[in-house]
Amino acid sequence: MLIEAGHFALALALGLSVIQCAVPLWGSRTNDSVLMSVAGPAALAVFACVAFSFAALTIAYATSDFSVLNVVENSHSSKPFIYKLTGVWGNHEGSMLLWILILTLFGAVVAVAHESAPERLRANTLAVQAAVTAAFLLFILATSNPFTRVSPAPFEGQDLNPILQDPGLAIHPPLLYIGYVGFSITFAFAMGALIDGRIDAVWARAVRPWTLSAWVFLTLGIAMGSYWAYYELGWGGWWFWDPVENASLMPWLAGTALLHSTVVMEKRDALKVWTILLAILTFSLSLLGTFLVRSGVLTSVHAFAVDPARGVFILAILVIFIGGSLTLFALRASLLKQGGLFAPISREGALVLNNLLLATACATVFIGTLYPLALEALTGAKISVGAPFFNLTFIPIVVPLLLLVPFGQTMAWKRGDPLAVAQRLAAAFGLALMVAIAALAVTLGGPVAAPLGIGLGVFVILGALTDVLARSWSRGQPFAVVLRRARGLPRSAWGTALAHAGLGVTVIGIAATAWSVETIATIRVGERVAAGPYTAQLEAVVPRTGPNYRENVARFTIWRGERELGAVETMKRLYVTRGMPTTEAGILTVGLSQAYISFAEARPDGAVDIRFFYKPLVLLIWGGAVVMALGGALSLTDRRFRVGAPARARSAPAALPAE
Amino acid sequence: MRIAAAALGLALAVSALPAAAVEPGEVLPDPALERRARAISADLRCLVCQNQSIDESDAPLAKDLRLLVRERLKAGDSDEAVREFVVRRYGEFVLLRPRFALHTALLWLAPAIVLALGALGLLLALNRRKPETAPLSAEERARLAKLLDDRPAAEG
Repeated sequence: MLIEAGHFALALALGLSVIQCAVPLWGSRTNDSVLMSVAGPAALAVFACVAFSFAALTIAYATSDFSVLNVVENSHSSKPFIYKLTGVWGNHEGSMLLWILILTLFGAVVAVAHESAPERLRANTLAVQAAVTAAFLLFILATSNPFTRVSPAPFEGQDLNPILQDPGLAIHPPLLYIGYVGFSITFAFAMGALIDGRIDAVWARAVRPWTLSAWVFLTLGIAMGSYWAYYELGWGGWWFWDPVENASLMPWLAGTALLHSTVVMEKRDALKVWTILLAILTFSLSLLGTFLVRSGVLTSVHAFAVDPARGVFILAILVIFIGGSLTLFALRASLLKQGGLFAPISREGALVLNNLLLATACATVFIGTLYPLALEALTGAKISVGAPFFNLTFIPIVVPLLLLVPFGQTMAWKRGDPLAVAQRLAAAFGLALMVAIAALAVTLGGPVAAPLGIGLGVFVILGALTDVLARSWSRGQPFAVVLRRARGLPRSAWGTALAHAGLGVTVIGIAATAWSVETIATIRVGERVAAGPYTAQLEAVVPRTGPNYRENVARFTIWRGERELGAVETMKRLYVTRGMPTTEAGILTVGLSQAYISFAEARPDGAVDIRFFYKPLVLLIWGGAVVMALGGALSLTDRRFRVGAPARARSAPAALPAE
Repeated sequence: MRIAAAALGLALAVSALPAAAVEPGEVLPDPALERRARAISADLRCLVCQNQSIDESDAPLAKDLRLLVRERLKAGDSDEAVREFVVRRYGEFVLLRPRFALHTALLWLAPAIVLALGALGLLLALNRRKPETAPLSAEERARLAKLLDDRPAAEG
């Protein structure tokens, strides 16, 4: 009964979202305030319906209701409870439902935040948001219904894919989706403004918190996914340039560019056309990512052709929304008047360059990901584009961008003074250079890339701090005054500095991977094997039984010289229901570095094959991303986002009583 | 397996059989040769996996390929000769870094093309803006003043 109610709620949500789309649009065309005001309550109602539907599916999972096909395929009565809950989105149908839940949640938040945008813009925005919601509701109802019943109900389920039975599944997809889907609001704002034909600093200010929050979540989501892959896959890599990863990286790159261009638009009323285009492109890339992942086109062009229903549906959504929005953009872009002027060498100029490089980086990932598909479809030739290609093309674009960061942050608006900027950054640059040289000297004979990358990271961090320092410190002032000024700086200034510093931290972590050491060995109990400064001693190999798996456990103690650092366990697991083996890496964190052991194979004579890694400073990779997200969050608390948009003259007819 | 993960929309590269990959028995005694073998392996695709190099995969085919690479190296082949050997046997699909050729030219040149087009667009935009915003010349100012002066008369 509850299942059918959940299904019905989805259908109801579809109907309501059509209303949420059509009525406010009509209202904004006819300047009818009452019709426009339908948008808010409708958005809340759609959210309530989808939330109910999601809750129904969650209950089905929690109670292991095996009369629901989706639960049968992805759950098992002996599965730990937490994975029963997270298993809701551990499959195609459920994850689409989560996607829509977050989409409508954002709509509901816009509806509640009355002061966030002028009336007409809000109505248009919610209408566009509803159009996206309706399309995806239609998709889920037509091709991916999570509430399909199965009769007779089987006695037991088929269990969830073991790799997904991990706390990572609880956190990673929701974070990623909030990021992905959050950009739909930015998109809806852009379309809303284009429909209205009016885009100004008020628009930029209204849209920026949404972009920023989506970006914060996407950053955390990607970092979380990367760490999950790192510890779960067992060979110590943290980024594989897999198409699925690229699908999340592209919106991140475009979203980062968008974040920076909205700053220019908000402060200087410039770059309007570009900002709108970026808002459209960012969400288009989110949709494209969804298409790539959902349609099966990634596995192979043929897999897509075998069961094209879902793929074709999403492709249609993709074409309608991207094509439609770009058409509207082309029609209306000429109406947007150019705003504030700036010299090429200025904060604006630096941000434009930032956008150019980010867009190029994004295009590189885009083409690298889709080129093999396009080539095979057009000529039948099969080629592979993998990590070596991306490393070779992506890094040369990103390095200049990183070098640019401190300059952009220190440059004045409108017209910058390159000499003064160079003077200000001299200390940061000098220090970074010294760090790089010191690192080079210490590791003489090792890879050169690591010290260079670390120098670059240090420069970005110090450059970020230089800006805050320069704004609060002046010669001859007592310390207390400096401190007061620093505290008085807008939170967005601190947020920017923190986010940029986080970027520098990540760069250091990535650079240090060049120093990691890998040892492949066969080892017996009592023997030792070394990787970098660490040695691992095998203490025991024992079998163990978990709730829904059996495993072979190898216990190690990790040593640095004669000092014991701690003990780790690495497991070779077999999930009984699916008969699938997984490897659980044993990881010991020492400061910012890690010792990482993964169990490869147990030999009949009692010895085990292992891979043992020394990963220096590896935690900085994800730590930096967390700092970046914190910077974004700090920016979000800035006063100017809390006071809401300044009041604007409402159009007169709306204020008149109805005839 | 990988498909299931992909179907999830995770930003994850999940493989069918994690870990293992290069086994202790495969490692060449000569560290320089082994380093070259690892570098080559990282550029070769495991043909039965999804977007995994043979260095990372523990599929039997990946193992055969790793051994093949090491055999060729031991026989004295150069890195390029080893790659050529593998490509002749398994086709271009095996290379994770495609060769520069007519059908991959667009792929390799894409970043440069995008950057160049973007820069060109920027220059054009900058140039276009200048005339629009040039200050009024003395002559124009005089005309404007005259127009403003004349206005009441015209309306009246």
